[in-house]
Amino acid sequence: MKRSWVFWLPVVVTIALFATFLVALVSPSDRTIVSQLVGQPLPTFEAPAAMPDQAGTNSRDYADGKPRLLNVFASWCGPCVAEIPVLLQLQAMGVEINGVAVHDKPDDLARFLAENGNPYARVGLDKGGRAQMAFGSSGVPETFIIDGKGRVLGQHIGVMTEADIPGIVAQLKGQ
Amino acid sequence: MRRFLIAATMCLAQPLWGQDYSEESLPDAQQESQAVALMDTLRCVVCQGQPISGSNADLARDMRRLVRERIAAGESPEAVRAWLISRYGQWISLKPQVNVETVPLWIIPLVALGGAGLLYVRRLKQRKN
Repeated sequence: MKRSWVFWLPVVVTIALFATFLVALVSPSDRTIVSQLVGQPLPTFEAPAAMPDQAGTNSRDYADGKPRLLNVFASWCGPCVAEIPVLLQLQAMGVEINGVAVHDKPDDLARFLAENGNPYARVGLDKGGRAQMAFGSSGVPETFIIDGKGRVLGQHIGVMTEADIPGIVAQLKGQ
Repeated sequence: MRRFLIAATMCLAQPLWGQDYSEESLPDAQQESQAVALMDTLRCVVCQGQPISGSNADLARDMRRLVRERIAAGESPEAVRAWLISRYGQWISLKPQVNVETVPLWIIPLVALGGAGLLYVRRLKQRKN
């Protein structure tokens, strides 16, 4: 008796299933959690000033026609130290950067900026991670690229390096 | 004695002041159980394998506070979940939602079972012949 194709169907399905498992095991999916806000307006947030001589930032600062960066960082975050020179370079190129420091204290933040340099036009404290959660940010450092209408154009997760500068600048220009 | 009583009362009142809902339970037991049930099904974005109810990460603590505060303010647990999904995506929910992407998870087992049953019936018929 000639076996019908139906006989082989379960075998084929099983092989396909295990092949899928194998592929997923060998190359696990990307674990970075991308914010759902990309393409949407920046949510309402409040990051009050930490230092007497520098303004804090809130959601009303972002729809004035000027594109800028919003950097989520912290004084206790090692990689954030490494990112400061890149932020200073961007600042020197005329890019405006606002900072939101998460789980930080005013004294620690002031010391961090005095030691490493201060690339921020405005910098505020995010109390209780409220702004961070509103942004859909899951760690530090993260940088949001905001257009002049206050919409989120993109999100850079992790430390920005010199190699990222041209891409960030192009995104700010809306390219 | 009166002073002592006043002092004792003040000591008792202390924890109510400046309560941090990241660790403290809500005074309303029903709201607290809703909040805890929700926290058990929200994934910590820092430690990824854990629900926020069992994580020591700062951000998980912030999310527990957010969950309790919003539920205390009268939001439904599913509304809080939806808010977090609108920020972090489906990923943050440990409770799978039924949508176009996930519906195969429910359908495939039924299709497989149906297919197997069909093959079995065919086989039985062939034997009889």
